Amino acid sequence: MDAPLAIDVSGLNKHFGDKHVVKNLALQVREGEIFGFLGPNGSGKTTSIRLLCGLLTPDSGRGTCLGLDVVKDSARIKPQVGYMTQRFSLWDDLSIEENLDFIARMFGVADRRRAVTRTLEELGLASRRRQLAGTLSGGWKQRLALASCLLHRPRLLLLDEPTAGVDPKARRDFWEEIHHLSASGITVLVSTHYMDEAERCHRLAYLSCGQLLASGTAEEIVSSLRLNTWEISGHKLHGLTSILRQLPGVEMAASFGTALHASGRDAALLQTSLERALAGRSLHMQPIPPSLEDAFIHLMQGSQDPYGGNRH
Amino acid sequence: MGRFSTFSAARWLGILIKEFLQLKRDRLTFGMIVGIPIIQLLLFGFAINSDPRNLPTAVVMADPGPFARSYVAAMENSSYFSIVGSIDARQADELLDEGKVKFVVTFAPGFHRDLARGISPALLVEADATDPMAMGGAISVLNQLGLQVFAPDLPGFARPHPPPVDLRIHRRYNPEGLTAYNVVPGLMGVILTMTMVLMTGLAMTRERERGTFENLLSTPATPLEVLTGKIIPYIIIGLLQVTLILTASRWIFDIPVLGSLPLLYGMVLLFICANLTLGITFSSIARNQLQSMQMTFFFFLPSILLSGFMFPFQAMPGWAQAIGNILPLTHFLAIARGILLKGSGLALLWPHVWPILLFTGAVLAIGSKTYRRTLD
Ligand SMILES: Nc1ncnc2c1ncn2[C@@H]1O[C@H](COP(=O)(O)OP(=O)(O)OP(=O)(O)O)[C@@H](O)[C@H]1O
Ligand SMILES: [Mg+2]
Repeated sequence: MDAPLAIDVSGLNKHFGDKHVVKNLALQVREGEIFGFLGPNGSGKTTSIRLLCGLLTPDSGRGTCLGLDVVKDSARIKPQVGYMTQRFSLWDDLSIEENLDFIARMFGVADRRRAVTRTLEELGLASRRRQLAGTLSGGWKQRLALASCLLHRPRLLLLDEPTAGVDPKARRDFWEEIHHLSASGITVLVSTHYMDEAERCHRLAYLSCGQLLASGTAEEIVSSLRLNTWEISGHKLHGLTSILRQLPGVEMAASFGTALHASGRDAALLQTSLERALAGRSLHMQPIPPSLEDAFIHLMQGSQDPYGGNRH
Repeated sequence: MGRFSTFSAARWLGILIKEFLQLKRDRLTFGMIVGIPIIQLLLFGFAINSDPRNLPTAVVMADPGPFARSYVAAMENSSYFSIVGSIDARQADELLDEGKVKFVVTFAPGFHRDLARGISPALLVEADATDPMAMGGAISVLNQLGLQVFAPDLPGFARPHPPPVDLRIHRRYNPEGLTAYNVVPGLMGVILTMTMVLMTGLAMTRERERGTFENLLSTPATPLEVLTGKIIPYIIIGLLQVTLILTASRWIFDIPVLGSLPLLYGMVLLFICANLTLGITFSSIARNQLQSMQMTFFFFLPSILLSGFMFPFQAMPGWAQAIGNILPLTHFLAIARGILLKGSGLALLWPHVWPILLFTGAVLAIGSKTYRRTLD
């Protein structure tokens, strides 16, 4: 567990106008690790990733990426990083093959033609190589973008919501690939909104309003919140969540499939509230270990402003 | 790891290829690049080529006589002129002002006497030169007529050394008398200014607007590689446009190149570079394509109005000349006219070369300061 750090930054700040978008971000990612980056929309994930690869200059703070200074050495960091943007940013008016070829040229990939052909075959796009990238479906665009940032065999992958809009099979293949890469020593920092993906990461960080609220392994994050969770199952569950949320001691209530989860930090208060509210109903309730999702929904409901940046 | 900020020819080539591919697919832009010169040339070409006949002409006959009468008859026969009548000298101004006649031909007192003595009497022609291109054909006919009408009738000993008459043409309203030939060099400069600044102005903002700039920035490509890689295709386009204009004007309008062609192309290259640096600077200042377009037109208008393309430079007020002297188009017009029409060499043109160099250098300095290496 004492692998050297691929990313080690502290005190990073970024403002857009008077919006404080990233606040005192401190992040340590070990080499070969898959690090998940979570947080609601607008919490500053994309901005943080851009700070790490030198696309934005931090207002203050410092740190290293692959042992190089994030502010001064961004030109030396870039060749070793594969950055997949959240929004498709390959060229719509170039064909699939031309896009890959261009990226390969930019990174000076050795044996370029072979690398491009192999990537096309791995993607299963060899027969559509001349199709313009702009005419691909959303999921295929994601897969092409991912392939393009793997072309130059980077040491660090920064993936900004790489699987948004990708079908389940391709998503599973993608995560297989990520674990494979990680096993070979490549560090991966990936932002996502999917819980199953978060659970596949070695370690996680949770960002809200530009602030790092929690970080560590999934178990560490869950246990650090000291949540007690009850699962409520039975018929006529609809409408119950809003009732439960009003109860003292219930900090989070949400539907999970055919059941409801209610969580809170005060175990005794939670239990008495639930028992009182559910008395007389033919519902079954049982304590369960809180899941990562319980933890994140709890974190999200706790953050004051899920949409905008910071309010002073 | 070696040095990282050096210029990589391989990356530069990659950017060049990408730009050409994108240009090839961008039908509209491609059409503009070829279409603008052709359409403009044809539009102005009509003006050059328009050879209007039957232009209303008045005659002031202060010295009636056989030669004058046969000259007037010959004018009428040439079909360029339509004689509306004989008038008093005092009416001439009035008729021209009102646009009722395009020409007033005056046979001064003593015309026949001088002609017989072989003294080349003055034959005054006042022309309404507001549309000088349209006057071209008619005026050249006047010279021809002079030789045909006056020379054969004279006895051999009295036949004057040419010219038999001293044809004096007063171009009214447009003393510079922009001639057909002036249009082609002017058009070359205007078309280059428009396409070069506009195209490169859009080059970077387009990447930014489409979000591809983020991808480009995340690669190791340096600003110098990106900028020069983006510029080269437009240099080639500019040279193609110039060739297109020169060839067309040669074939359709029979306009020769008197000076050195390599020198002309060298100067064109300099002028293209001046415009490209400006375009690239615009596109790194502008936030989006619309802003870049607005900046282009903000530059384009004074270029057209104050460079001497529209109005004679010498006739402009001092402040306008001062602004005009900053603009590369002003100097390029002088250079192109010098090479094309007068056959001037570099030494003679130098006073117009260094202002373009200075302009390019100054813009380059601003441009490299404003180029954004990040998304901030
Ligand atoms: N270029 C910019 N100019 C001004 N504000 C910006 C800019 N980029 C981002 N922001 C603001 O910064 C905040 C964080 O944005 P960011 O894109 O980092 O969020 P995110 O966590 O990636 O969200 P999402 O999950 O929706 O992708 C938002 O409030 C956004 O409005
Ligand atoms: Mg984002």
